[in-house]
Amino acid sequence: MMEDKVIIVRNLVKKFGSFVANDNLSFDVNRGEIFGFLGANGAGKTTAIRILSGLSRPTSGEVMVAGYDAGKEPEMIKRNIGYMSQKFSLYEDLTVKENIMLYGGIYGMKLAIIKQRTEELLERLNFRDYANRIISDLPLGLRQKLAFSVALLHEPRIVFLDEPTGGVDPITRRQFWEMIYETAAGGITVFVTTHYMDEAEYCDRISIMNDGKIVALDTPENLKQKYKASTVEEVFIKIARPDRIQS
Amino acid sequence: MKRFLGFVKKEFLHIFRDIRTLIIIFGIPVAQILIFGFAVSNDIKDAGVAVLDLSKDEITRKLTDKITSSGFFKKTEDLVNYSDIDLAFKKGKTKAVFIFEKDFGSRLLKEGKATMNVITDASEPNVATLVTNYSMAIAGDFNRELSRNSLNGIALVQPEVKMFYNPALKSHFMFVPGVITLILILICALMTSVTITREKEFGTMEVLLVSPLKPIQIILGKVTPYFLLSIINVVLILVMSWLVFGLPVKGSIVLLMLESMLYILMSLSLGILISTVSKTMQQAIFISLIGLMLPTILLSGFIYPIENMPVIYQYVSSIIPPKYFITIIKNIMIKGTGILFVWKETLVILGMTILFIFISVKKFKIRLQ
Repeated sequence: MMEDKVIIVRNLVKKFGSFVANDNLSFDVNRGEIFGFLGANGAGKTTAIRILSGLSRPTSGEVMVAGYDAGKEPEMIKRNIGYMSQKFSLYEDLTVKENIMLYGGIYGMKLAIIKQRTEELLERLNFRDYANRIISDLPLGLRQKLAFSVALLHEPRIVFLDEPTGGVDPITRRQFWEMIYETAAGGITVFVTTHYMDEAEYCDRISIMNDGKIVALDTPENLKQKYKASTVEEVFIKIARPDRIQS
Repeated sequence: MKRFLGFVKKEFLHIFRDIRTLIIIFGIPVAQILIFGFAVSNDIKDAGVAVLDLSKDEITRKLTDKITSSGFFKKTEDLVNYSDIDLAFKKGKTKAVFIFEKDFGSRLLKEGKATMNVITDASEPNVATLVTNYSMAIAGDFNRELSRNSLNGIALVQPEVKMFYNPALKSHFMFVPGVITLILILICALMTSVTITREKEFGTMEVLLVSPLKPIQIILGKVTPYFLLSIINVVLILVMSWLVFGLPVKGSIVLLMLESMLYILMSLSLGILISTVSKTMQQAIFISLIGLMLPTILLSGFIYPIENMPVIYQYVSSIIPPKYFITIIKNIMIKGTGILFVWKETLVILGMTILFIFISVKKFKIRLQ
């Protein structure tokens, strides 16, 4: 069953000087899973994602992403993952097509394949009319859909979404989650951070980080049962913000 | 390589889609050359002069003609009395008054000397000094003609001053190298630092970093367009100063272009360095403008001679790169000297380039950790 685990983390430690940002993390993420990565600001989420996406090296421990070692082969990891951040990561002064071409080029895809996927993508998103419009003319919701599709252009095995729905209205968020479900159903692993707790409910499994440690990791249902809470938000507050309960 | 080219193409699109960037890259050089060339000129042309001729003989007429036909001066009026002088200045058009004493011509012929007074309006000290120098030169010239023609052959000892390299003392000779120096550091450092911090601010830098592009490819991809555009800019400025001001390049154009490329590289690496220390575009703009433009204009020897500065400023001047490039470019353009005369300055710029790249790489690595 090992080949079904696209992310394997064992005893990951990341230190900055004497500060321990990631304290002995161990977890697995399965193929086609929607994995929610939660935690308050400063809990160590960003550090972990940077290591998983090949931007930063672990101080110690074993991290395998898409079959490659994050300490030794970060370049191979980069080829096999997609990434989208809260800021949508598109160039606002370029057209829809130019953005797609650019990302295809960056990932070293062949021109014919880029063209073919561009057509498919425009068709699927119903974007044909927007193909030659510059991004800043597009409404936020469309930009976000496009950014997600562009992050999947090179058919990565895992896509990292760093607070992808920040500042977006609820309807667009729901549509966006539908895209996430489709992607995961197609076998691509979705690794998502969010601070909307209702979104955490949509994940297959969630992990909650606090002070550099993973303090909970299970399906939303199991966590709610275990912590006797009706929502993930309550779970989160009980685990990560015990101060809030007292006040 | 294909990845890299696609990335460079994107950078060109950014530049050509943004009218402000285009204005900064191509509008400012043209405007600066024209402003510095025409408006900020140290030369005088057609300065108004009045003549108070108390002698009115053939020689004073000749001398007056010589003065007014020199192209530097234009006669505003003839005065009759000493008391008219003050009024002539107050009217504003007259910058200088030439006074020929009574019996100027006959004295000159009999005694071998006569007095021409030059009174200048020193409320504009620079103009006054220039007017004085020019009129002295004209008078000296007149003296020589006179002694050559006179039959008694009085051999006057006359200093013959020759201005090498820039005989007409044209100020374009000074401004064009200065403008090239200023424009290149401004465009390269300012634009690179802004374009890199823009990616940081918009969050697109993260996406580039998690892509298979190597950091070095990202940085090179960002600066390559500016490198190419800056070379075009150098050519543009040189062609323009040749067409508009008739300023030729005396030395090797190839050497001049090579030195310019080195200086562009230095400016680009300075821009990269600025981008590693600034978090926002505003910061980058601020550092580039205050930290680079002002010292370049004031301390590089562009406008004010370094030799005349207080010692402390001379030290400051010697750590700013434009100082060395101005020396190089003046040598090549105006004196026509080769690499043998500018190799020290070239090495200094090369050393600075390497230093800036070294610091940038270190800072970049720390940020990535």
